[in-house]
Amino acid sequence: MISTLGRFSLALALGIALYGALVSILGAQRRRPALVESGRGAVFAVFGLVTFAVLLMEAALVGRDFSIQYVARNGSLGTPLLYTVIALWGALEGSILLWIWILALMSLLAVQIEGKRHREMIPYATAVLLCISAFFLFLAAFPANPFKSIFPPPIDGRGPNPLLQNHPLMAIHPPCLYAGYVGWSIPYAFAMAALITGRLGDEWIRTVRRWSIMAWGFLTMGIILGGWWSYAVLGWGGYWAWDPVENASLLPWLTGTAFLHTVMIQERRKMLKVWNLALIITTFSLTIFGTFLTRSGILSSVHAFSESTIGPMFLAFIALILFSSFWLLVKRSDGLKAEGDLDSLISRESAFLMNNLLLLGFAFAVFLGTLFPLLSEAVRGVKVSVGEPFFNKVNVPIGLVLIFLMGIGPLIAWRRASLESLRRTFTVPLLLAFLGSGVASFVGVRGLYPLLAFALAVFAAVTVLQEFARGTLTRRRITGEGYLTALSNLTRRSRRRYGGLIVHLGVVLVVIGITASTIFKLEKEVTLERGESVHLGRYQVRFDELTARQEPQRFVVEGTFSVFNAARKVAEMRPSKRFYSSEQQPIGSVHVRSTPREDLYLILSSFTRDGASATLKVLIRPLVMWIWLGGAVMALGALVAIWPDRRVLAAEPLKERVAWQPGRS
Amino acid sequence: MTNKKTKLLLGAIVVAAALGYLIYGGIREAAVYYITPTELKEKGGSAADKSFRLGGMVVPGSLHWEPQSLRLTFLLTDGKEQVAVEHTGSPPDLFKEGAGAIVEGKYGTRNLFIANTILAKHSEEYRPPQPGQAQAKDLYRTLMKEEQR
Repeated sequence: MISTLGRFSLALALGIALYGALVSILGAQRRRPALVESGRGAVFAVFGLVTFAVLLMEAALVGRDFSIQYVARNGSLGTPLLYTVIALWGALEGSILLWIWILALMSLLAVQIEGKRHREMIPYATAVLLCISAFFLFLAAFPANPFKSIFPPPIDGRGPNPLLQNHPLMAIHPPCLYAGYVGWSIPYAFAMAALITGRLGDEWIRTVRRWSIMAWGFLTMGIILGGWWSYAVLGWGGYWAWDPVENASLLPWLTGTAFLHTVMIQERRKMLKVWNLALIITTFSLTIFGTFLTRSGILSSVHAFSESTIGPMFLAFIALILFSSFWLLVKRSDGLKAEGDLDSLISRESAFLMNNLLLLGFAFAVFLGTLFPLLSEAVRGVKVSVGEPFFNKVNVPIGLVLIFLMGIGPLIAWRRASLESLRRTFTVPLLLAFLGSGVASFVGVRGLYPLLAFALAVFAAVTVLQEFARGTLTRRRITGEGYLTALSNLTRRSRRRYGGLIVHLGVVLVVIGITASTIFKLEKEVTLERGESVHLGRYQVRFDELTARQEPQRFVVEGTFSVFNAARKVAEMRPSKRFYSSEQQPIGSVHVRSTPREDLYLILSSFTRDGASATLKVLIRPLVMWIWLGGAVMALGALVAIWPDRRVLAAEPLKERVAWQPGRS
Repeated sequence: MTNKKTKLLLGAIVVAAALGYLIYGGIREAAVYYITPTELKEKGGSAADKSFRLGGMVVPGSLHWEPQSLRLTFLLTDGKEQVAVEHTGSPPDLFKEGAGAIVEGKYGTRNLFIANTILAKHSEEYRPPQPGQAQAKDLYRTLMKEEQR
């Protein structure tokens, strides 16, 4: 029943999506509003049908209907409700379903919100969005159908991958990441609509800015939460391993970040029109490429790829996107001439251009490093990988220059910055940066890169804080408001600018967290008899006992460790190993004690059966919490930037009104 | 105007060249070759002091672990040749006899491979592809690999 209904609704949604794309284009070309309206209806219908399919799948999961293969593989009688519900995105078929649902929801919102303002572009944007939906619906309806049934149904299912039921972060990390991927479809659709209609002025740029910031915000959260999940669940003490899956999410983030910056140049100076379109196309293609990379099996070997059915389809889809988009771009290049020109090399324009070059260089290095094993296998027949050392060697210096530019970019004047203004803006940040590196060196930071990282982080942070302080003071002097009111009104008056500055502050926190937790990492692995302790850093960790218990879906062996700091007991920590019936090997569950100053991370590596001794890995990683905090600040900044503004909705042109002109006071 | 554009272009070229050099140097230094026990044995002495990723199956009965010293030793095989591997640390969760593993490290003296990393989770990565294998299984395999990250 569920299987039939599910298959039917997905197939119907596919048909409607294709129909809607067709009538939208026909309606626009023949100027038939009824057809365009029908296309809009298709967006609603697709959303309704996909929502229905998602609900069906949830009903099957929660109702433990093991006649559906997906449920039999990813659900089990013993799995707790939360992990049963989120098993929707625990495996390929279900996650494609979630992907389509988010895409359908965003398409609906975009068509609803932008429909009234952009009558010419909307049919084409609708058609593009429906085509993307159709591709994924095709995957879900045929090769990766989540509603495949099995006969006879098993008595119990296998349950989700143990790693996916070890932490509640799994409930928000994938949806965030998918929203971040899928969100870029909207700017892409409007870019394509602008190219098709030839309305290449400011209109599409203004439309997509908010959508792209939203997609960017979700992507940022998805990436940071992914790192957090990896840190809390995988039990290796790290949060980022330059793994292909992580890299795949970083690529569109990098090009998307580049876009968010150069789009400002286009808005203000009418330059870089082709560049921005190319960035949007690239970013969107990379989101699809990321799914392809992680879902097609190409990374395990070329052979696995040729056996997988969805891999070639993805590749064909990406080829189609790239070919048609860039073909359109070339065809329309006449209408994309720059109206402004670069006035000076010392200006915000050049800072942003430099930032773009570096972000793209960063992205290219990540791309190359990720695909290197494949490329070398294809070209030279030997499988060569470049691991973490490559990414660190190449990307750390690029990242450092980017942080420097992050401090400069928002404060340097447009067009041409005078030396006097540069001096006034950057003297204090530079002095404090030197001071910062001095302090860092005093507390034991050694080496060029780490010292630079701290110095530049201080530099960027001070520029942001100085900007907020000066703006607030100026406003207070003019209006006579209190400090907090002035600050909040300042932010509200140009949300995008101050939202962006808040994002930069978040980046600084992340950079400090990553640097400190990398260079001051302490690590020790020992086997302890009961009652014995190990010292690491400020802590003394004592092995108290080993206990075992049966939980519904697993058997847990847990160690109890008392943690002392200067002879005072500060915590009792319980890392464990969990045995799932579906797995032959236990899954470790780490225990992390987080403080703003440092994380104490315990891993139970091994134990003897009688519980007399246990092997424990102890890690101390300073300032890890700052990374998660920085991620939250970045998301907050994005939210500030896109928060609806009543005055803007009153059809006022979107010009930044700045009470305080940077670099020109 | 053109003068500025030329300068900008020159600047961009310099930066791009620097990036290219960084990437080139990074690949030269960080390249790690995948190798099988047979290939490693063939190389013999010429393999000394180079980093490799050695992939194979842990020979049943060869796994020894000493909890006090944390010394882990085992044999990796590709069906033809065997290589003795030594590692300091406890065996990772998914690591066991009869299963695939990739170890990263250097081939030292005494015909001993000193591994600094054991990638048991990624064992699928190195399994020789089997013709005619079910597609669903392949997908599932890839998927599991992804989700363990």
